[in-house]
Amino acid sequence: MTGELGQLALCFALALSLVMANAGILGARDINATARRIANGAAMGMTVFILLAFGALTYAYLTSDFSLRAVANYSSTAQPLIYKVSAVWSNHEGSMLLWMLVMALYTGAIALAGRGGERLTSAALGVMGLLAAAFLLFILFTSSPFLRFDPAPFEGAGLNPLLQDPGAAVHPPMLYFGYVGLSASFAYAAAALIVGRPESENWARAARPFMLVAWMALTCGIALGSWWAYYTLGWGGFWFWDAVENASLMPWLVATALLHSALATETRGAFRAWTLLLAILAFSLSLIGTFLVRSGLTTSVHSFASDPTRGFFILVLIALAVGGALALFAWRAPTLKGGAAFEPVSRETALLLNNVFLVAACATVFIGTLYPMALDALTGQKITVGPPFFAVTFAPIFFALLALVPLGPRLSWRKGDLKEAIKPLYPALGVAALAAVVVLAVASPRSLAGAGAFAMAGWLLVSSVIEIRKRRGARTAAFAAAIAHAGLAVSLLGIAGTTVWRSEALVLVGPGEKLTVGPYTLRFDGVTDVDGPNYRGARATIDLMDGDAVKAVMHPEQRIYSAEGQDVSVTAIRTTGLRDLYLALGDDRGQGRWTLRAYVSPLAPLIWLGALVMALGGALSLAGRLRARAPEPKSAPAVALAAE
Amino acid sequence: MTKAFWSKPLLLALLLVTNTAMAAPAPDAFSDPALEARAHALQRQLRCPVCKGQSIDESGADLATDLRHRVHELIGQGRSDAEIREYFRARYGDFILMQPPLEAVTWLLWLAPFLVLGGAGAVAWTVVSRAKNARESNDSAEIADF
Repeated sequence: MTGELGQLALCFALALSLVMANAGILGARDINATARRIANGAAMGMTVFILLAFGALTYAYLTSDFSLRAVANYSSTAQPLIYKVSAVWSNHEGSMLLWMLVMALYTGAIALAGRGGERLTSAALGVMGLLAAAFLLFILFTSSPFLRFDPAPFEGAGLNPLLQDPGAAVHPPMLYFGYVGLSASFAYAAAALIVGRPESENWARAARPFMLVAWMALTCGIALGSWWAYYTLGWGGFWFWDAVENASLMPWLVATALLHSALATETRGAFRAWTLLLAILAFSLSLIGTFLVRSGLTTSVHSFASDPTRGFFILVLIALAVGGALALFAWRAPTLKGGAAFEPVSRETALLLNNVFLVAACATVFIGTLYPMALDALTGQKITVGPPFFAVTFAPIFFALLALVPLGPRLSWRKGDLKEAIKPLYPALGVAALAAVVVLAVASPRSLAGAGAFAMAGWLLVSSVIEIRKRRGARTAAFAAAIAHAGLAVSLLGIAGTTVWRSEALVLVGPGEKLTVGPYTLRFDGVTDVDGPNYRGARATIDLMDGDAVKAVMHPEQRIYSAEGQDVSVTAIRTTGLRDLYLALGDDRGQGRWTLRAYVSPLAPLIWLGALVMALGGALSLAGRLRARAPEPKSAPAVALAAE
Repeated sequence: MTKAFWSKPLLLALLLVTNTAMAAPAPDAFSDPALEARAHALQRQLRCPVCKGQSIDESGADLATDLRHRVHELIGQGRSDAEIREYFRARYGDFILMQPPLEAVTWLLWLAPFLVLGGAGAVAWTVVSRAKNARESNDSAEIADF
C-alpha cells in the first residue's frame, strides 16, 4: 500500500511541477497575476506530494517492507534503525528521491520567501518546475524506488557495510543540499534572463541566501565525505582526487566564484552577464557530477550505483538544462546593460582575479577528471591522472589565489589603494615570514612546500584576525568573510601537516610485540573475535605505551558483514586535536600475527575543522542577510559607502 | 614472486628470546628509513591495477602487496626510481603511473590548466581596462554597502 501511495504521490507531483513550469513562466509577464498565484500554489502542492512520497519510502524502510525491490536490495531487518533510515538514500533510486525532496524544499522556500519581487519569483518557480518535471520523469521511468518485488523475500540483502556509518549516513543529504541548492540560483539566473530589466537587476540579491546555503552545504558535504574516506578506507588519506570527489569539488569551486562575483553584481552592478553565466555553470557542474557518479563511466571508491541507460537519460537532461540555459543566456544577455566603471586597483578587480583563479582551478579538475575518459573513448589508451598531476597544476593555481585573499576585502569599491590596503597587514606578513623560517629550522623532514604552506596559512590567519578585530560589531558581511577566509588557513595547515609530515608504519605484529610510529610506542596484545548485530569481526587490542605503563587502549577491527559478504576495516583513531594516531588492522597471517598499518598525521583534524569554520562564515553572512531583510532596491535609498 | 625478506624461524627465535620483541616490519620493509621512504614515495606513484583509484601504497589488495614486494626487490637491486617506474610501465602500461607521462596524447592535458588560467587572465585584463573607461550607467551609480 505504501508503495502505491508513494508512486501516486510522485505522479501528482509531476503533474503539479508541469503546472508550475507553465504558470510560473507565464507569470513572468506583468499582467499575468493569476498565473503567478497558480505557480505559487503548485509549488506548495508539489512540495507536499514529494514529502509524502519520501515519507512513504522511509516508512517502507522502517518497517522492512521487502515487497519493495529497493528495500529488499538495500536493507535488512538486522540493520540498526539509523541505517534503515539512511538506507533510503544509500542507493540510486532512493538518492534520486532525496534529490527531489531537497529540490522540493528549495522550491517551497522560493515560493514562500518571494525574494526579488513577484515576477522574478514566478519565473524562478517556472524554471524550478521544468527541472523538477525532468527529474520526476527520470525517477518514474528509470529509477522508481516503489517498484514491487514478487515474491517478497523473507530477508533483505542489507546495506553496503561501508555505508553503515554515521558519516556515510549524513554525507549524501548534506551534499544534495549543496548540489540542488545551486539549482535555486540557477533558477533565479534563468528567471532574470526571462524577466529582463529592471526586475532582473535584483536577481543576485534575491538568490544570495540560496547561494549561501548551497555553498555551506557543499563545504560541509565535501568535508564529511573526505572525513569518512579518512576513517573508513584505512590508509590515512583524506583526499584522493578520484572522480566522485572531483565531481563535488568542481561545483564548490564555481559556487565560491559565484558568491564573490555576485557580490560585485549586487553591490556595483559589475560583471552582470558573467555572474549569470557562473550561476548556470555551477548547477551544470552539479548535474555533471551526478552524471559522473551514476553513469558507470568512472571507477571510484565512493560510487555505489552505476547504470549506463540512466546515464544516458541524465546526459539528455544535462544537455537540455545546460543547453537551454546557455541559449537563453546568448539570446538575452546582450540586453543587459554593460558594467560599472572601476579602476584596475579596486575591489572589483580583486573579485575578478578571484574568479580567474577559481575558474582555472575548476577547469584543471574538470580536465584532469574527464581527460582519461575522453582519451580512452577516442584512442583506447588508458592513462591515470592521479594526485601528482593535481599537485603540480591545481595546487599552484589555488596557492596563488590564497596569496591574494587578504587583499580583496581591504580594497575599496571602484578605486582602491594597494599601499593603504597592505599597510595594516604588515604583522601578517611578518608572521608568515616567521612561520616559514621556524618550519624550515624545526620541522623534520625539511620541506619547502611545507614551509610555504605554513607561511601562507600565517598570512591568511593573521590577516583575518586583523580584519575581524577591525570589523567587530560593524559590518556583518565583512566579518563573515574574514571568518570564512580564516577557515581556509586552518584547512591549509591540516593539509600541509598531513601531507608533508605524516609518519607511517606497515608492520607484521604478534602478541606482545611493540612497534613505534612517530613519537608513539604501541604494544599489540592480540586479537579477539567479536559478534555485532549484523557482522562478525576480529578486534585487536593495542596499548599505547608511556614508558612501561599503558596510557590508552585502541581497538582497530576487521569486520565481515554476513548478509552482504563484505569485509570492512574499522580504524581506531586517537586524536589530540592537533595530531592523529591512526591504526588499521590488516590480515591474519597465522600464528596470532597480523599486519597492521599505523599512521601519525600531524594537524589532520584541522582539515575538517577549517571547513567547518568556512561554513560558519557562510552561516554568519546568511544570518546577517536574513536579519537585515535586504531592502527592495527601487524604494531603497542609495547608501553611500565611505571608503575605508 | 618471493614473499619475504625475513625468515620465520628467525622471528620465532626472537620471540622466544624476549617477549617485548619489536614488531617485524611488514614483510617488505627496509631497515634503512631513507630507503623505506623512497619505497613509499615510489609506491604512491603507482596505481593499484585492480582497485578503484588507490595507489599500491594505500591498497590492501593482494596484488598491491605483491607489487610492493616487487618495488622493494627492485630497489634492493639498486635500480633508480626512473628505472623502476619504467619497469612497471612496460608491464602494465601508462595506466599504472599516477602521474601521466608527457607524450603526444597528454601534452594538452598538462598544458590545459595553464592555458585556461592564461585565457581567463587575458579576458580579465580586457574587462579591467574597459571598465576604467566605461561610463557609469545611471542605475549602477549607487554604491550600496553589502
